[in-house]
Amino acid sequence: MLILEGIRKVYGEGGDNPVEALKDINLEVKKGEIFGVVGYSGAGKSSLIRCVNLLEKPTSGKVKVNGTDLTKLSPKKLRAERKKIGMIFQQFNLLHSKTAFGNVAMPLIIEGYAKEDIDKKVRKLLSFVGLEDKADHYPEQLSGGQKQRIGIARALATDPHVLLCDEATSALDPDTTNAVLELLKQVRDELGITILLITHEMNVIRDICDRVAVLDGGVIVEQDSTINLFTEPKTAIARSFVRTVLNDALPEATLKKVLEKGESNSVYRILYKGESANDPLLSDVAKKFKIDINVIYGTITEIQGQPFGNIIVELNGDPQEINNVVDYIKGRQVTIKEVKSDAV
Amino acid sequence: MQFDWSWFWPELFGALNDTMYMIIVAFLISILIGIPLGIILVITRENGILENKAVFNILNIVVNVLRSIPFIILIVAIIPVTRLIVGTSIGTTAAIVPLVFYTAPYIGRLVENSLLEVDPGTIELAEAMGATPWQIIWKFLLPEALGSLILSLTIAIIGLIGATAMAGAVGGGGIGDLAISYGYNQFQTEVMVITVIILVIMVQFIQSLGNYLSKKIRRS
Ligand SMILES: Nc1ncnc2c1ncn2[C@@H]1O[C@H](COP(=O)(O)OP(=O)(O)OP(=O)(O)O)[C@@H](O)[C@H]1O
Ligand SMILES: [Mg+2]
Repeated sequence: MLILEGIRKVYGEGGDNPVEALKDINLEVKKGEIFGVVGYSGAGKSSLIRCVNLLEKPTSGKVKVNGTDLTKLSPKKLRAERKKIGMIFQQFNLLHSKTAFGNVAMPLIIEGYAKEDIDKKVRKLLSFVGLEDKADHYPEQLSGGQKQRIGIARALATDPHVLLCDEATSALDPDTTNAVLELLKQVRDELGITILLITHEMNVIRDICDRVAVLDGGVIVEQDSTINLFTEPKTAIARSFVRTVLNDALPEATLKKVLEKGESNSVYRILYKGESANDPLLSDVAKKFKIDINVIYGTITEIQGQPFGNIIVELNGDPQEINNVVDYIKGRQVTIKEVKSDAV
Repeated sequence: MQFDWSWFWPELFGALNDTMYMIIVAFLISILIGIPLGIILVITRENGILENKAVFNILNIVVNVLRSIPFIILIVAIIPVTRLIVGTSIGTTAAIVPLVFYTAPYIGRLVENSLLEVDPGTIELAEAMGATPWQIIWKFLLPEALGSLILSLTIAIIGLIGATAMAGAVGGGGIGDLAISYGYNQFQTEVMVITVIILVIMVQFIQSLGNYLSKKIRRS
């Protein structure tokens, strides 16, 4: 559907201090997928998403949308392709001189649609985003969330097959963010539109992305399904992003206390996701084995609608019995790891 | 000395007529040149939608040169051009030529500034939508800048009024001429006072109108 191949972007090439914002980006977004790119400020997120519709021309590499390499197109053909790629922005970019209706109508006007068709289509879009009653309002009469809804309606006007979201919720408060994310999900589920979004907020990834890529210094350092990235982040930067919404760090004092007791092999982290989260694992263990289980810490979060549990337990008892417990838990498709003093 | 009003009124109306003629014609021509000029300065500049260094640099220099010449010198300096265009270098119609040379680059700059004030996000949006450069200018840039453009044109027309009065002093006619020849050269203070009052009222009126229109468009 959407493929980035070896994308490089150098700003100020040939100048005194060129900035290599993207270095060899390879990415494939599948049809109907919500794909998230997360990264810190300056990682190159905006450069990346702007390279997709060539608002920023990649220094090298290919951008394929539905098989067409956009970098090879004439300006005219590129404009035609851009009409099939919707985009929404962090600052909404609504036209102040136009009403909500006028803003949504804009892509249709430049397409040369007839007035009645525009009218019908815009009403439909406004009702899709739940703002039919705001048609005659000007942007400054709308809240941030409403502005972004108008932005979304406008991006959908030309029936695009891809929607690019550049920090679409970063200017919104948490409640509004959730509502807009819900709407984006609806865009994918009901209209089948593929979504590529960039964000620095991990909760956005957690709530709506199927897959995620972590961008750092212009390089994709990790890429996985959202649930895998959250449960088993491989790089330090992915881990620190996960921690922003899923605090699994053991309280310092607890960790110290536990480890000071000198008994090794006694503190474990148990991670379970999906179906297994519903099983009464710990009570089964307590019944089957002769050990004491002390839950030190625990959280359960939903990632993409799937429960994900992360608990830390202290197992007291015979070392052999503890090993048996560990094996038993592993046998139930649940991850269990010993917590060391450099616990991660 | 008793001031003789009987000759004054017809003289004043004639002068006002000349002044209005100069302002209106010079302003219309200046807009026709200045607005496209401002647009071209914006779109051809670095990172503009139709970036073109050569065009931008040339126009930029021309505007700078014209803008740096004091009007009174400009009138004299372009006399050959004026002769070429209107056949004479004195009179109301002849004054329009230097007025345009003075006002058009000024409007060009003002329009340029107004358009540059438009949020760059607007152009980005338009490009992402697949708008042509022409559509970007007409459907995005100009409408978004309209309130600011009206204020710019208000400033330009006020500058033009001042220049028109000056043009009068060097044979262009109009109320500037009236003020100099009677008010100043013949020490008829009344004439001076009345022309000044008329100029003040004109400027006030145009500024208020401009403010009103701009406010209405910006809805604030
Ligand atoms: N137009 C530009 N000219 C020169 N350098 C640029 C330009 N745009 C971005 N950069 C540089 O490229 C790098 C990546 O910038 P980019 O805006 O893509 O990062 P980002 O991940 O979107 O950051 P943020 O979260 O702060 O928006 C930065 O070092 C930035 O300074
Ligand atoms: Mg950015």
